[in-house]
Amino acid sequence: MDFLRPASWEEALAAKAEHPTAVPIAGGTDVMVEINFDHRRPEYLLDLNRIGELSEWEVGQESVRLGASVPYSAIMEHLRAELPGLALASHTVASPQIRNRGGVGGNLGTASPAGDAHPALLAAGAEVEAESVRGTRLIPIDAFYTGVKRNALEPDELIRAVHIRKADGPQQYSKVGTRNAMVIAVCAFGLALHPETRTVRTGIGSAAPTPVRAKEAEAFLNAALDEGGFWESGKIITPAIAKQFAALASGACNPIDDVRGTAKYRRHAVGIMARRTLGWTWEQYRGAGRTLEGAA
Amino acid sequence: MTTYPKAQNVPAGTPTKITQGSPTKGGIGESTLRPDGTLKVTGEFAYSSDMWHEDMLWGQTLRSTVAHAEIVSIDTSEALAMPGVYAVLTYDDLPAAMKNYGLEIQDTPVLAHGKVRHHGEPVAIVAADHPETARRAAAKIKIDYRELPLITDEASATAPGAVLVHEGRDDHHIGHVPHPNIVHRQPIIRGDADEAAKRADVIVRGEYTFGMQDQAFLGPESGLAVPSEDGGVELYVATQWLHSDLGQIAPVLGLPEDKVRMTLSGVGGAFGGREDISMQIHACLLALRTGKPVKIVYNRFESFFGHVHRHPAKLTYEHGATKDGKLTHMKCRIVLDGGAYASASPAVVGNASSLSVGPYVIEDVDIEAVALYTNNPPCGAMRGFGAVQACFAYEAQMDKLAAKLDMDPVEFRQLNAMEQGTLLPTGQPCDSPAPVAELLRLVKARPLPPEQEWLTAGSEGTSVDVRALPGGLSNTTHGEGVVRGVGYAVGLKNVGFSEGFDDYSTARVRMEVINGEPVATVHTAMAEVGQGGVTVHAQIARTELGVNQVTIHPADTKVGSAGSTSASRQTYVTGGAVKNSCEAVREQVLEIGRRKFGSYHPAWATAELLLEGGKVVTDGGEVLADVADVLEDEAIDIELEWRHRPTEAFDLRTGQGNGHVQYSFAAHRAVVEVDTELGLVKVIELACAQDVGKALNPLSVLGQIQGGTLQGMGVAVMEEIIVDPKTAKVRNPSFTDYLLPTILDTPTIPVDVLELADENAPYGLRGIGEAPTLSSTPAVLAAIRNATGLELNRTPVRPEHLTGT
Amino acid sequence: MRVNFTVNGRPQEADDVWEGESLLYVLRERMGLPGSKNACEQGECGSCTVRLDGVPVCACLVAAGQVQDREVVTVEGLADYAKHRQDTHPGGGCASGACGTTLDEAKRWQSKPTDGRAGEAAPLSPIQQAFIDAGAVQCGFCTPGLLVAADELLENSPSPSDQDIREALSGNLCRCTGYEKILDAVRLAAARQEEAVQS
Repeated sequence: MDFLRPASWEEALAAKAEHPTAVPIAGGTDVMVEINFDHRRPEYLLDLNRIGELSEWEVGQESVRLGASVPYSAIMEHLRAELPGLALASHTVASPQIRNRGGVGGNLGTASPAGDAHPALLAAGAEVEAESVRGTRLIPIDAFYTGVKRNALEPDELIRAVHIRKADGPQQYSKVGTRNAMVIAVCAFGLALHPETRTVRTGIGSAAPTPVRAKEAEAFLNAALDEGGFWESGKIITPAIAKQFAALASGACNPIDDVRGTAKYRRHAVGIMARRTLGWTWEQYRGAGRTLEGAA
Repeated sequence: MTTYPKAQNVPAGTPTKITQGSPTKGGIGESTLRPDGTLKVTGEFAYSSDMWHEDMLWGQTLRSTVAHAEIVSIDTSEALAMPGVYAVLTYDDLPAAMKNYGLEIQDTPVLAHGKVRHHGEPVAIVAADHPETARRAAAKIKIDYRELPLITDEASATAPGAVLVHEGRDDHHIGHVPHPNIVHRQPIIRGDADEAAKRADVIVRGEYTFGMQDQAFLGPESGLAVPSEDGGVELYVATQWLHSDLGQIAPVLGLPEDKVRMTLSGVGGAFGGREDISMQIHACLLALRTGKPVKIVYNRFESFFGHVHRHPAKLTYEHGATKDGKLTHMKCRIVLDGGAYASASPAVVGNASSLSVGPYVIEDVDIEAVALYTNNPPCGAMRGFGAVQACFAYEAQMDKLAAKLDMDPVEFRQLNAMEQGTLLPTGQPCDSPAPVAELLRLVKARPLPPEQEWLTAGSEGTSVDVRALPGGLSNTTHGEGVVRGVGYAVGLKNVGFSEGFDDYSTARVRMEVINGEPVATVHTAMAEVGQGGVTVHAQIARTELGVNQVTIHPADTKVGSAGSTSASRQTYVTGGAVKNSCEAVREQVLEIGRRKFGSYHPAWATAELLLEGGKVVTDGGEVLADVADVLEDEAIDIELEWRHRPTEAFDLRTGQGNGHVQYSFAAHRAVVEVDTELGLVKVIELACAQDVGKALNPLSVLGQIQGGTLQGMGVAVMEEIIVDPKTAKVRNPSFTDYLLPTILDTPTIPVDVLELADENAPYGLRGIGEAPTLSSTPAVLAAIRNATGLELNRTPVRPEHLTGT
Repeated sequence: MRVNFTVNGRPQEADDVWEGESLLYVLRERMGLPGSKNACEQGECGSCTVRLDGVPVCACLVAAGQVQDREVVTVEGLADYAKHRQDTHPGGGCASGACGTTLDEAKRWQSKPTDGRAGEAAPLSPIQQAFIDAGAVQCGFCTPGLLVAADELLENSPSPSDQDIREALSGNLCRCTGYEKILDAVRLAAARQEEAVQS
């Protein structure tokens, strides 16, 4: 095993080009577990800790450019207003120690269906800034997840940043685990209201081979809200609409049975979370939401 | 010395004041601080995984990847050829005729012999100069398995023509078990349950399932073996019982016991999981083979295969009661899965059967408990062994009966509660206080925690604190679907080793004068695993010898056996041994004093004399001499064995016999909030009341009760080793998927402590470590049932069970 | 590979480090600092919590090579770190340069009556003393990580609510205590800290 320590982004790209099998390591929260438990022996470890810019973010007009290594704790602390869904998701990540090290770049690189950031990114709308010595490209988040723990990156590419649309409305995030802290998702659900476009976007975690959006549920809800004039009136969403939305969200799942939960439970729980997060965001939209402590 | 009041004269709930010995500062009854506390907070305390030696090698274990298979061939040549590898050992390299070990039945091969019987069984061991070298070498060992049919449950174990997990058994249980795949069977028949059933107005039946729990001590199995010049070996290890290890290690090394010198290193928790051998023999074999010190440290993954777990169980119960709420009879059958090797299974069967009735008066019973041999992971001792599984089931039955009779569940239990003098189903009378009804009263009398504590009215309107809600930080509910429930449970556990076992301990106590001050040294082989035995030993020495300075000698095999740090027994038995040896030392000090100074004061001959504050005093408080002047240069050094009252084996057909030494009682009230839509549970409060006989160190007593309570809660709502029934492989051997409660899952745990003396025990104390683990689980289950209306016959409860998914 | 970094205020160098080694392994097996504990090695238990450039992290998940030129504080340096919290260069910890807990050291350990008593041994940090006084230590394996995490909590939040304490320590598993005495210890340290500020 070789340990590559690039001092700059350019050096990192060069190293990745030279050694496409090199495994990038930033927070180490996935890679080191695999090494400690002898599940993985990469030929090269590519340390990204020395590249300071990866831990920085810029808030732009439309979006936040979030460096790949910005730790979850910083997202929780500094980006609650701009990225409320991702901030909530960040708060559900493992433990304070892990949130101090892990970041969205690692979540995307691992592309586990259980990664906590994915549903929030899908709901908010985002693009992954991937770069190699050949150039830079922006990969829409909807096209990023290509299979179980597989993503759209080329072997020589590294994730430099994620461009996430700034919230133009309330966002929520829920995750089911059988413990009240430090738990991997049994399943998760992210929801973002986009009042500017009068649309709702969603993201489902850990209930399909990849993180997915509940597109039918979104389409149904967008139409129902539009037809009922809900965006203008701000009236309470009728239970029938919420119920149908939840059912369609459940239907968007393609889960498996595993040690963390059954497929049937995952479908069921995603429906409940879809209904609840819709209720919470809509209450916030109407200006009647409760404030939260201990979340984000 | 003053004597304490007779227990039977003490009404339940009255604290007993016991004073014995002298009121020396830091003596018994005070919450003195741990002697190892400073080292533990500075990081200097040497745990078994912290050991280091110049030139040491690292050991690695290669474990089976299948649960049941013949080993067709093993090829170690490639591993041996690797640079940095010093030894690769398999069964063929074992040096002695004895190749097995085991707590009671020596059925466990040191390294697999021709066959593996469970997933993760050790097959080969490697020593190398770096842990990574050792891992790579182990990976290069080629093993060819031919898989065998799996025995995974009672049906497959006893089916006609079932494969035998152990062929040719010749242990002392084979004669009375109905099938060779049953380790041990213990029936208990008392009265006539069928006849008594006719008196019942209501009968309830239930089938209950208890999942496989892991001790999950935080300090992984580890230790260091150092070869010595005389051909022996020194072993530094974390264990619960040095001498039991020694008796199993020496024969397979082919060494006499005096050539295997064991020292206890720091132990990172145990809870039963260190009663069996793990890496001890492997490290010694590698050290003796290579002539170099060898350190083995399991990682968490390996730790799940490195020790036995709590027996999963299936329990079938029938209870009857009259319409005025009196229990008529009980029938039960308890099937415990012992896995591939016997470990503590026979004792677990004994506990499960003899305690299956719980702390209730039932005269007519028909009980049977068995432990199976299967190809599942081996199971053995864990806090409350056998009694925990039974308590989960009988307490569910009590709630069902109360509901059927339309009675309050606590009043129903109190109406049937055992008390001092009650005959247990084994025919043994309970001869010390049994404040079962009082403990229930105490937990019920507590005010309930306020509702909706997660909701707070702030300046900016209502605020929700998700940390106080089911789901916690995961933000799954802001109050939607949340229903509160309350549940009660009570249990009893035996203390000490039962069924005729010669359960003793040894203490060596030395008293001498250093720099003009009397100093006591206490040397035992007791394994301090965190429980605070070392604190209590110093307190006992202060009380009995009137010294301030007490040194606790490291535990090793240079002194006689202390027995196991398990079965809630160490404060009783080794505490008793320390007290006994201190009394002998005191007697000698007084004897010397009488010889030297007897002629100067008549009280030397006539008064009862004590040691107090470094002086010899009369019971009237008159000072006769300084201990320093009595002893001068003389040191008194006494090592004595001490035994509690003997017990008897249970009759193999009727289960009758005075099998237990002492009982320990605790009750819980659980308050839970359940998100009924998502099936998530938040335990809000787990109030406990326990009789401890005498709290030698009240702060440590609370720590034991609260810790035990949380372990019981863990197996109620999250902790389970999941074994795939198709492959008998463990599916979640990690802390990612075997979930322990975090501090955010933990409720407040208020405790009421009763001190009702057991006159047979030292200072009237009662072993306390296990009882709180028993009733915690069924109380939480009862509360969840109360919140949801669901039957819930299985623990742990998973979200699927609460949502019907 | 070779790794140079600062541990408890003292420059350290480790040679012949295998690239897959974690910071935890280097501290425990190469620096003679076994205080950070190896309970899970997967970031689930917090027993190996150290400060990396001031931030609490699981040492088991930091690759050895990643700590090059960085500052680490372990439980062994916690008392000094707490004492010199404001200093830019915290005083030296107890890195001895020798490796591990030697057998001699282990053999020589004997509890003394002064152990566990305030004021008689080397000075402890307030959180260390509070853990002893409140009975928050049983087997002690989780203790070093909890101390580092709790010390950081009190550094940033002098009077935390119970829920804040629970959240801050939710990455540190304890199997012995049921956490009640750990909560007590953090409350106690916070109260003493407050008293010290007021007086």
